[in-house]
Amino acid sequence: MRQRLVTLLLLLFAGMAVTSGAAALAQDGEVLQGTLEGPDGDPVPEVVITVEGDGQQVGTATSGPDGNWTVPLPAPGTYDVLLDAGTLPEGLRLRDEDDATLTDVTVRPGQQRTVLFPLESGSGEPEAGPGAAPAPPPGPTEPAGPSFGSRLAQLLVAGVKYGTIIAITSIGLSLVFGTTGLINFAHGELVTIGAMTAFFLNAAALGPGLALIPAAVVAIAVGALVGGALERGLWRPLRIRGTGRINLFIISIGLSLFLRHIILVFYGSRPQPYASYTIQQAIELGPIAITPRDLVITLVTLGVLLAVGLMLQRSRIGKAMRAVADDRDLAESSGVDVSRVILYVWLLGGGLAALGGVLFGLSEIVTWDMGFRLLLLMFAAVILGGLGSAFGAMAGGLLVGLVAQLSTLYFPIELQNAWALGVLILVLLVRPRGILGRAERVG
Amino acid sequence: MDILVILGDAGRAALGPQAAIYALAAIGLNIHFGYTGLLNLGQVGFMLVGAYGVAITVATFGGPLWAGVLVGLACAVVLAILLGIPTLRLRADYLAIATIAAGEVLRLTYNAGFAQPVTGGVYGLQQFAGSFYATNPISPGSYGVGRLVYSERDLWVMVVGWGAVALATLGLFLLIRSPWGRVLRSVREDEDAARSLGKNVFGYKMQSLILGGVLGALGGMLLAVDTQAVAPNTFNPVVTFYLYTLLILGGAGRVLGPALGSVIFWFLLLFIDSALLQAIGAGYIPAEVLSPSDVGALRFALVGLALVLLLAFRPAGILGNPREMRLEAGAAGTPRRRRKSTQAGSDRERGVAR
Repeated sequence: MRQRLVTLLLLLFAGMAVTSGAAALAQDGEVLQGTLEGPDGDPVPEVVITVEGDGQQVGTATSGPDGNWTVPLPAPGTYDVLLDAGTLPEGLRLRDEDDATLTDVTVRPGQQRTVLFPLESGSGEPEAGPGAAPAPPPGPTEPAGPSFGSRLAQLLVAGVKYGTIIAITSIGLSLVFGTTGLINFAHGELVTIGAMTAFFLNAAALGPGLALIPAAVVAIAVGALVGGALERGLWRPLRIRGTGRINLFIISIGLSLFLRHIILVFYGSRPQPYASYTIQQAIELGPIAITPRDLVITLVTLGVLLAVGLMLQRSRIGKAMRAVADDRDLAESSGVDVSRVILYVWLLGGGLAALGGVLFGLSEIVTWDMGFRLLLLMFAAVILGGLGSAFGAMAGGLLVGLVAQLSTLYFPIELQNAWALGVLILVLLVRPRGILGRAERVG
Repeated sequence: MDILVILGDAGRAALGPQAAIYALAAIGLNIHFGYTGLLNLGQVGFMLVGAYGVAITVATFGGPLWAGVLVGLACAVVLAILLGIPTLRLRADYLAIATIAAGEVLRLTYNAGFAQPVTGGVYGLQQFAGSFYATNPISPGSYGVGRLVYSERDLWVMVVGWGAVALATLGLFLLIRSPWGRVLRSVREDEDAARSLGKNVFGYKMQSLILGGVLGALGGMLLAVDTQAVAPNTFNPVVTFYLYTLLILGGAGRVLGPALGSVIFWFLLLFIDSALLQAIGAGYIPAEVLSPSDVGALRFALVGLALVLLLAFRPAGILGNPREMRLEAGAAGTPRRRRKSTQAGSDRERGVAR
């Protein structure tokens, strides 16, 4: 009977500040990391891991007493991760000699990518050195050396997930613009606040350690309340004073800068994951492999999008929102309480942004500037779909997510967001009112 | 806490190369935003192409510095035209989002691995401004009074930088008083009125975008020369927000607004920075409440707060004329339909102003 004591190393996102000191600059701290564990789950220290990019060594690390290792990266991109099999302690070896080199590990902007080196016990000499034949099973999400068709399918799934998260966060942005004419640059911070609230409730050392789902519910409530408080405490008084809309736009930039860096002071610059659902085995569904987590994220966002769509189409308040977005004066003279509708729009937008933040933090990681990094993509989504239209924002969000992911089929992954923004500029050139926008003069 | 040290830090920053660089880029922004009403949120993109124009020409291709300056300026003109064609016909907010997106696309592209042979990727390029410092006529030593001292190197950058600021300010003063400048301001106030007088509004906006972009590129070049290094992540969108803050602080649509704003902005920024660090060092603020590494973040937060308060309570800044820079609905291509809905509010404000 073959005894295979194989344990995958765990991806505790342990320790190691990514950026120090000059945390003030908007830097995305990409990191490759992992935990080396033996077959019995005991940590394996003193193993040398080297990271190479484009044939050049980017960094090296030695696993600590807890088996953790971390290599900070200069930029997102594709890297090779090498485990020096010679430094493995006596009695341990790689399950597969070829696994000593994980080639083409893709790191997205801001991602803290965890890679696995499966170890097993055995007296056999580890003969393969680094640079052996590349047979990469990198990470839990991407499959290895796939064919074009399966890569396409995989990226489509990733794009839908990314796109629905963008869509869910941009509905509020679009509705707020539609009802008040405000381009809210601080909308990204509502996303961060949502993710952050869930983090403090779920995973923070001082927090109550709630499970993620109740934490997310509270986060949505907090996001909605913050949105409502901003409307009543800041935007409504400014509108009543008659502040011009360009001034309002710049005020929202200041607000975004303020909130983001207050969050930075409280949260710190270190990206951290939620306490649960971080590592999962992918399940195979035909040509695609998807972790249960990502499947749930996609289904939840699609469900919420559907519910919001139904709400806007069927319910009284939803109709009122669309009426105000369509023509504020007409709605007001038809008896709609515009000020109340705007408040509900902010509550809805804040709650959806918070939910998007939790899901984005779950699918990647929670960082202090996650909302700001998402913000430009939200703008792209909102303009693509047509400013002011909630359904446009949904369609635009999906499109932006798909473009960002599918661009990696042919182009470097570092540019995935650049392509999404490039599409935005292209749309402005040919159809500035967006896909579902009203035919109105915009220039 | 030593108040002299704090004042020295703040004063050095207020007159130093950094303030000159930001003043120069903000003059460009003043042409865009202050005089034409173009909400350009991608000024940092112009700085980036200017800086990299110099750096790539000299460090990658071994060209002379003057050629680098020309390349940088040419890049800024091309960028302005490329950006302007799709967006200048649209409403101001579209321009804002398109420009910030373009700035980010540039930063990501210069950062990318495939561009590394030319741009140096994330590591950027270094040591390309040797010939600039070789022409430094100031003999080595330190100059200044008290704590306000600069090295001969800084002083040379300051002379060139503030000289450029003075020239640009003078040029702007003359331009704005010319018929060209009057058309520009009329575009800001009411685009439709300017168009109905037969002015080519698109053309004027494009000229404004190019001119301001070139000034932004000059600021970027000066930044590159000052630090002898460029890296894409220096050019993140926050730089543009800094520029807006100091421009509005000084007074948008005022000739001296950017220069004054930059000096005051950097004075306050470093004053707060230095005072906080000293207070933490002296134990007035316990380290548990605020660690020295948080000071950098806190100062960004304060810039944001300042921007909110300025625009809420004194959008005209220090020098500005509240009546001239209303930037209300109706200006800068805001569509007619929207103007109606904010009419009640703007009437009320005008009533207060009178």
